[in-house]
Amino acid sequence: MRSIKEINEKIKKGQVVVATAEEIIDLVAKKGVSAACRQVDVVTTGTFGPMCSSGAYFNIGHSKPRIKIGGGTCTLNDVPAYCGLAATDIFLGATALPDDDPRNKVFPGEFKYGGGHVIQELVSGKDVLLEATSYGTDCYPRKKLETLINIRDMNEAVLLNIRNCYQNYNVAVNLSDRMLYTYMGVLKPNLGNANYCSAGQLSPLLKDPYYKTIGIGTRIFLAGAQGYIIWQGTQHNPGVKRSTNGIPVTPAGTLAVIGDLKQMKPQWLVGTSMLGYGVSLSVGIGVPIPLLNEEICAFAAAKDEEIFARVVDYSAAYPQMSAESLGEVSYAQLKSGTITLMGQSVPTGALSSYAKAKEISLELKSWIQKGDFLLSEPHQPLPGFESGYVFKPLKERPPFVGR
Amino acid sequence: MVSKRIVLHFPHRLVDQPIVYKLVKDFDLSFNILKASVTPQEEGLMVLELSGSEQNFDKGVEYLQSCGVRIQPLSQDIVRNEAKCTDCGVCVPICPTQALTVDPASRKVHFDDTKCIACELCVKICPTRAMEVHF
Repeated sequence: MRSIKEINEKIKKGQVVVATAEEIIDLVAKKGVSAACRQVDVVTTGTFGPMCSSGAYFNIGHSKPRIKIGGGTCTLNDVPAYCGLAATDIFLGATALPDDDPRNKVFPGEFKYGGGHVIQELVSGKDVLLEATSYGTDCYPRKKLETLINIRDMNEAVLLNIRNCYQNYNVAVNLSDRMLYTYMGVLKPNLGNANYCSAGQLSPLLKDPYYKTIGIGTRIFLAGAQGYIIWQGTQHNPGVKRSTNGIPVTPAGTLAVIGDLKQMKPQWLVGTSMLGYGVSLSVGIGVPIPLLNEEICAFAAAKDEEIFARVVDYSAAYPQMSAESLGEVSYAQLKSGTITLMGQSVPTGALSSYAKAKEISLELKSWIQKGDFLLSEPHQPLPGFESGYVFKPLKERPPFVGR
Repeated sequence: MVSKRIVLHFPHRLVDQPIVYKLVKDFDLSFNILKASVTPQEEGLMVLELSGSEQNFDKGVEYLQSCGVRIQPLSQDIVRNEAKCTDCGVCVPICPTQALTVDPASRKVHFDDTKCIACELCVKICPTRAMEVHF
């Protein structure tokens, strides 16, 4: 029907027609897939939620005299960064905690500040305290460094997230008789609540379930800047069970993404604290889906009523790696505020902000309409449903004894 | 009949004196204690839901003030920091009084401070710590 090249020509001429993933649902319902697909060139998606496998790398510049942080230690606002790289390159992960954070020693730990919060402060333009130690060499004699640093003074500050944008996720519940503190939030005993974490009908990979347009090299909205998909994310698991409409009912595909942190906005990179669990970073991502044909359009028009998620007990099944599910519920049911489980009415809560996801889909739409954002051709597809690519559990083997 | 949630601040000198029981005895008011604490500086804090006839309610409050108790409505102390809130809604099923709800159309979180009982359950479970309690 149309190519990405043709869509880009229309973007440059200001003639492109863009609909958000919400708007295309109504359009298809009113006009049918064929007419909607003829009318709309691009569908914009969005998602905003805690994504733990996020982080950023920095080149801080060389001090005088020089210090080799590689192989030494380094903290940003007391949060340790990874130093196993060259002299002045460091990597800060979203879940890193200050050494003196009490963690879960007084349960449940509050986890007020960590890597995700440092990233948000840097993006906000705030100074952070960099402290580093090293062993000293002939070429890098300095052993200690203590300085304020600002993102604008760094050579590179790059967001590099190795797993974002999960294609669907579990609905977490608690069948036990005690409160649980999880990465899915606080779960009240005896099915007290059900927490979910997906933007459902706005979520990028749920709207292109077979990765027909989203691939390696796809340009995206990443936390307010233009970023890229650079690989499948870790734990990518495309071969899982799918509904008859092709949409997975369990966590499936994931994305690894990259972008210039200096251009990002703090409202899309928010330090996040999960009581009794740890810190994380909530990330805003939007992916454009070019409507290359009617099949892609039909997938992009999937609505909350047609997207299902699996309910998992986080008191036993999840921690024990059991595949047991308590059933499937649709995102429409989840968003209604209550679901029915085992004959019981259970109130729902979301970790993923639908309001922010919608804002992202609208922002990306306006970028494309204004000609500020061109679509990119993916260089390589993500491993697909029939690729045989699977997410394996760890196979533990006893270490050699007496060697 | 009126029923209001109020915060009572007791200065140091009043902490060891019986005061609140007079609301029942002399003013025919009923109360439900939602929160009570004495700080290390020996200042007392009590959050009450106070109910009774309007006339008695006003007299009771007047009595408390005459004793030196500082009174403010509860809603002033519970704040949803809109700059921090991401409208995720994870607080909604945790709130015992439905003071926190999601607007079905906008999917934004709404905080009704008149329903809040200051239990503070939402404060620590909010991933961005957007619910703030200032007593």
